[in-house]
Amino acid sequence: MDLSYSPEEQAFRAEVQEFMANELPKELSEKVRLGDEALTKEDQERWHAILNEKGWLAQNWPKEFGGAAWNAVQRHIFEEEAAKANAPRIVPFGLSMLAPVLMKFGSKEQQDHYLPRILDGTDWWCQGYSEPGAGSDLASLKTKAVREGDHYIVNGQKTWTTLGQHADWIFCLVRTDPDAKQQEGISFLLIDMNTPGVEVRPIILLDGTHEVNEVWFTDVKVPVENLVGEENKGWTYAKYLLTHERTNIAGVGFSQAGLESVKRIAKAEKANGKPLIQNPHFAARIAQVEIDLRALATSNLRIVSKASAGEAPGIEASMLKVKGTVIRQEINDLARRAVGPYAMPFPSESVEGDNMAIGPDYAGPLAAQYFNYRKLSIFGGSNEVQKNIIAKTMMGGGR
Amino acid sequence: MNFDLTEERQMLQDTLRRYLREKYDTATRNKILDSDEGMSAEIWAELAELGVIGALFTEDQGGFGGGGFDIAVVFEELGRAGVVEPFLDTAILGGRLLGAVGGQDDLVEEVIGGAAHLALAHGEPGARYDLTRVESTAVADGDDVVLNGRKAVVVNAEAAGHLIVSARESGAVDETDGISLFLVPTDTAGLTMRGYPMLAGGRAAEVTLDDVRVPSSARLGGVGAGWQPLHDTLALAHIALAAEVLGAMVSATALTNEYLGTRKQFGRPIGTFQALQHRMADMLIELEQARSAVINAAGYLETDSRDLNIAGARNLISRVGRLVAEESIQLHGGIAMTQEYELAHIAKRIVMTDHRFGDADYHLERFIELSAA
Ligand SMILES: Cc1cc2nc3c(=O)[nH]c(=O)nc-3n(C[C@H](O)[C@H](O)[C@H](O)COP(=O)(O)OP(=O)(O)OC[C@H]3O[C@@H](n4cnc5c(N)ncnc54)[C@H](O)[C@@H]3O)c2cc1C
Repeated sequence: MDLSYSPEEQAFRAEVQEFMANELPKELSEKVRLGDEALTKEDQERWHAILNEKGWLAQNWPKEFGGAAWNAVQRHIFEEEAAKANAPRIVPFGLSMLAPVLMKFGSKEQQDHYLPRILDGTDWWCQGYSEPGAGSDLASLKTKAVREGDHYIVNGQKTWTTLGQHADWIFCLVRTDPDAKQQEGISFLLIDMNTPGVEVRPIILLDGTHEVNEVWFTDVKVPVENLVGEENKGWTYAKYLLTHERTNIAGVGFSQAGLESVKRIAKAEKANGKPLIQNPHFAARIAQVEIDLRALATSNLRIVSKASAGEAPGIEASMLKVKGTVIRQEINDLARRAVGPYAMPFPSESVEGDNMAIGPDYAGPLAAQYFNYRKLSIFGGSNEVQKNIIAKTMMGGGR
Repeated sequence: MNFDLTEERQMLQDTLRRYLREKYDTATRNKILDSDEGMSAEIWAELAELGVIGALFTEDQGGFGGGGFDIAVVFEELGRAGVVEPFLDTAILGGRLLGAVGGQDDLVEEVIGGAAHLALAHGEPGARYDLTRVESTAVADGDDVVLNGRKAVVVNAEAAGHLIVSARESGAVDETDGISLFLVPTDTAGLTMRGYPMLAGGRAAEVTLDDVRVPSSARLGGVGAGWQPLHDTLALAHIALAAEVLGAMVSATALTNEYLGTRKQFGRPIGTFQALQHRMADMLIELEQARSAVINAAGYLETDSRDLNIAGARNLISRVGRLVAEESIQLHGGIAMTQEYELAHIAKRIVMTDHRFGDADYHLERFIELSAA
């Protein structure tokens, strides 16, 4: 047992810190500090381009595809430092969800065509899995693709498509064999969002933000070369993708940055004339979550170093997802509490409007974020579904 | 002991529930939320007509209720329907405060009739939930009084014809003595507002008082004696807020229960998963606790243990409210995250009530103080 970082890892951390100090544009970190829903598509693309320039965008890609090939500890260090510096988060859909699937199951042509375009920002991808009737039970999805000559004709509806309003492409799970057992009739299809018959309709979330969409398909013609891997094998690829989606799921860096921000706010806010951070009840709440977070950070490192050693994370990934989201949500709860009555104003007005904050500038987005982050325990496999996985593995003697 | 509502209160509850069921559906409310005013004048007038505001005032004040349970009944119904109209601000914090100091019968009558709006301009930027922390000043100048200071998150300020402004005439910044209350027409020179909508509906404003000159007759009650009536009125407001959250929680759990029965995943209603059934059961257990806490708060209103029961109720309601709001969303899944869906608004009403006159920690501290005394 040795909890210290190696000299190489420390040097890497210093390099990341320096990069953040020099390359992260102030306009972007300021927007992130005041709630990242203010980031535009252009902001996100700008940050991607800066990272790509440095070779740090595709962190988990192997070198042969132009990636940084970082190990899990390096990724963890980057995640911590990026969150600390209020860097925009890397949009994961192309980079860490689709790319690993293409690298493992895609054709050479697909790899050569799509991967560079993900890196240089030509294509913005979104994830088309969920449907109104297929959430946790994803395999019950109904969007169908029927082969007609050189094309599939796609009909159906996806929903909850994050940032689909920005997307050029969507990777979809579609039903290609309606007669097979649920999991066996699904294919993995790449669809150009500009194809006639694709329609994106916004869904406004409870905090007033537009981050998700419905995507409708009406007789959409998709060339057969856009099929990834084999027809009716999509479920296998999707499951592979889901393990990738979960590797960063503990969100330790986000929580650490969030906790620091709560502490800063609690120093600035006053209760009974004294800094809120000296209030025993509030201080206890902060301490409680910090204790949990310190343990989670070590759990995360334990698990990621195993992953670095090549062992696939099993139910530990589910455990990190559950604990990580609960902690992040708790921190967001503390943040809204910290600002007292100034949690009440509606942020879009206080930030945009006349551009002057209502109350302290940090207060604006906090209550909205608290509500928005309820999503963390719902998506990426709900926390109930994660617990089912853990329980099933335990009961089935799978460990 | 008798836990039934009186006949009058039962009628009030039935009338109000029927009206809101028919007139205040999700679509109507969402339209109100989108409007510039943040409330519906028509609904306000109709509810006043139905006697809903009058029920919040005592007979002495020109109403026909005004007791703890009258307030609880009305606000539970408002909470159930997620009503955003400013009953708390105009009727309780405004009207009942005027009633407590006396001498403003005409304005109270207008409030009861639905013709006047009021707002309490008490909280200040650095004061958080501390009621005694008043930095705004009132200085006598001949027959006038000159007010200066800033008031934070003054709910309903823009709609109000008058603000009730607290300002210090003497004493240190956190003393109870020395705070006076003034009735200030919102068009008085030197009074400016920056208005904005709030996350859970309704509007508020930052109010600046810059040499606002009012006649000394605008002072409500005695010089420097504003704290006690304010404190007594806040007791009513706490009952109202606790009852409103109770009503909202009734709706949240009902929506969740219904959804668990209809939403199917893995070929069966998700309500058949025992993991979710237990979570639902936990919510219902806590909901009964919340109902009793509201009854304690309303029932002990006229006794020595008023403040203790109120602090306890608001602490409990805040804890249960968070549980119910978060669990209701979680058990629904993504659908509850959408602005359009009824639960989203209800959950926001529940949680954001924390930020009005004290969250769970604030009321815990009050409870500790009072219970040790
Ligand atoms: C903000 C947001 C962004 C999203 N982005 C995307 C995206 O980009 N692309 C995409 O494809 N999808 C996306 N999703 C969809 C997300 O993956 C689904 O919401 C999630 O899978 C849950 O499905 P559901 O919402 O239909 O809830 P349901 O599956 O209907 O679940 C409702 C409740 O039942 C519980 N439940 C379900 N099954 C069981 C069980 N067997 N045992 C116990 N409890 C159970 C759930 O945990 C939940 O509490 C997003 C969702 C949100 C909210």
